[in-house]
Amino acid sequence: MVDIKAIGQAEVLEGIPASPGIVIGRAFVLDTMRPHVEEEEIPAEHIDAEVESFERAIAETTRELERLRSGLVESLGEEQARIFDAHLMILKDSMVVNGTIQRIRDERQSAAFALTETIGRVTNVMERTEDEYLRERVFDIKDIERRLLLRLLGRKHKTLHHLDDDVIVLAHELAATHTASMHEERVTGFATDLGGRTSHAAIMARSLQIPAVVGLHEATEVIRQGETIIVDGTLGLLVYRYDQAVLDYYLERKRKHEEFERDLLVDKDAPAVTVDGRRFEVAANIEIPDEVRSAMSHGAEGIGLFRTEYLFITGDEIPTEDEQYEAYRGVVSLVSPATVVVRTVDLGGDKFGPMGAPEPEANPFLGWRGIRYSLSQPRLLLRQLRAILRASAHGNVKIMLPMISSLHEVRDAKQVVEAAKQELRARGEEFDADVPLGVMIETPAAAMIAEELAHEVDFFSIGSNDLVQYALAVDRGNDRVAYLYDTFHPAVLRLLERTVRAARKHRRWVGICGEMAGDPLSTLLLVGLGVDELSTVPAVVPEIKSIIRSTSYAYARRVAAKALKMKTGSEVRRYLEQIFRVKFPEISETEMIT
Amino acid sequence: MKERAVVLASKHGLHARPAAELVRLAGRFKSDIKLTKDDITVDAKSIMGVMMLAAECGSEVVITVEGSDEDEAMAAVAEFLETESE
Repeated sequence: MVDIKAIGQAEVLEGIPASPGIVIGRAFVLDTMRPHVEEEEIPAEHIDAEVESFERAIAETTRELERLRSGLVESLGEEQARIFDAHLMILKDSMVVNGTIQRIRDERQSAAFALTETIGRVTNVMERTEDEYLRERVFDIKDIERRLLLRLLGRKHKTLHHLDDDVIVLAHELAATHTASMHEERVTGFATDLGGRTSHAAIMARSLQIPAVVGLHEATEVIRQGETIIVDGTLGLLVYRYDQAVLDYYLERKRKHEEFERDLLVDKDAPAVTVDGRRFEVAANIEIPDEVRSAMSHGAEGIGLFRTEYLFITGDEIPTEDEQYEAYRGVVSLVSPATVVVRTVDLGGDKFGPMGAPEPEANPFLGWRGIRYSLSQPRLLLRQLRAILRASAHGNVKIMLPMISSLHEVRDAKQVVEAAKQELRARGEEFDADVPLGVMIETPAAAMIAEELAHEVDFFSIGSNDLVQYALAVDRGNDRVAYLYDTFHPAVLRLLERTVRAARKHRRWVGICGEMAGDPLSTLLLVGLGVDELSTVPAVVPEIKSIIRSTSYAYARRVAAKALKMKTGSEVRRYLEQIFRVKFPEISETEMIT
Repeated sequence: MKERAVVLASKHGLHARPAAELVRLAGRFKSDIKLTKDDITVDAKSIMGVMMLAAECGSEVVITVEGSDEDEAMAAVAEFLETESE
């Protein structure tokens, strides 16, 4: 590890490298996505309009919560929905409403600022209490405040747009909804207190090709709003209060990194064919349709995983069939004639949409998620399948089911697919009747029954993140145990090998779309195991292709066979690192300065 | 105007759910109902006020009621605070 403090004066926080690269810029410390509000005095003639926009925000937020509440009554009953009663009361509260209006009128504060001041007075008292229950209620109040602020500022400022041009977002934790709503903002990097390499902040940062460090523990406490910081996503460092020598060192590293990226792009469109003539597909994973352009410009040969959760978790309403169809068709047409693997929605775990989260589960990742969730909501699944099938008329589509652990789930889902096709036929809609159906191999159970699954479906795609998490019983987002998350653990490698062997035997196409597919260190191993496709975040597509082009399949097979015989993950890692340093010195130097 | 000091029954103080119930109860009366704990006085019809009060230490609350139905209001609010919830 490079010792920054030996280079010059600096404060350094160590975290987990989540997305490579270096960014130097101003920190924007997010308070769980509460928009930044500045004090401003409004002109006297604007007072009435300000009060009016505040009242409108209250009315709209009330409707929004009432909708959420009635959705909850339907799915979970009146008792659970009562959680929202306190929320709704806050919106009607005399202290909040009158207090804010009074501040607008008497002190000419903007509605947003008046609201934060009013609410801050109460939460300051409540945060000091030893009563844990009440301290948690502060979170509810802040949630209401955030909803109101988003409405107030959304109308006036397009949310975060009026902030500094280049900001590095610092947050305690970033959820999928946060990153989705930040996509179009000028965010140049992420740094979070919590999370591991495969937390959502990390995955999103890699999709957006911005540097990120996670698991910093206390970054949001020590970094001041607007302070200039350096996020070193390659080494996993957050550097602040640095001198010129440290800055110079980073400017040089940044320049080298960018040069390396540019060089890779030169050959990005050349196919990934090994020196002994075996071709592999290198595709991209996307979270939102906008990323298709980035995928194509990096030479991706299709979309190996189109996650569809964003459609369900960012809006207030469950998307209609037509809305979904438009989104899928857009991606399919852009990528055509290459293939798009559309995964049915993987809600549950930590992601829930406007249909609301169920009662808290003790083990959400072992609970109601993925295909289990979809099969229990057959109308939602049917609607999504109709939309995907309709999009299949515009290019090459494959449908993929997440979180499969038994044959029953596959058979049940196939029936829903058939029902969707029949409905479309009855409506006279066009679709590809032979659209391939596949499953994610992301539970050890699925890997163990891969042969049986191969009889039922057309293809597999290995979701290495969850497969590792479930095989090793490690919560990938918990930075206290993240060190146990080891993609090279022999248990993982054997599950991979078993899956690929079953696919080969039954002539099924097998891809891998987890983080492992984008880790240059894993490429030789995966190629050697015999997958057909590697699908990764767009940014690393050129690099993975270039690695495949510079090796032979015969050699990769020997590497894989040797790795499979090793007894520990660290032994495998050391072996691969050693090969890597010799075969790919230029990547080693830029990517893994050790 | 009526004033009365009561000792909170619940060891947890005014939780959000009881707080919401208290606010709803207070809302049924025309009278002005204020609660005072230590130095803080809040409107009993305000959920934020009641929660803020609940966060303050001390288990004694002074109820002040003023209005046309102040007797009934005082009796109802005092009973609520002096009775263990759930």
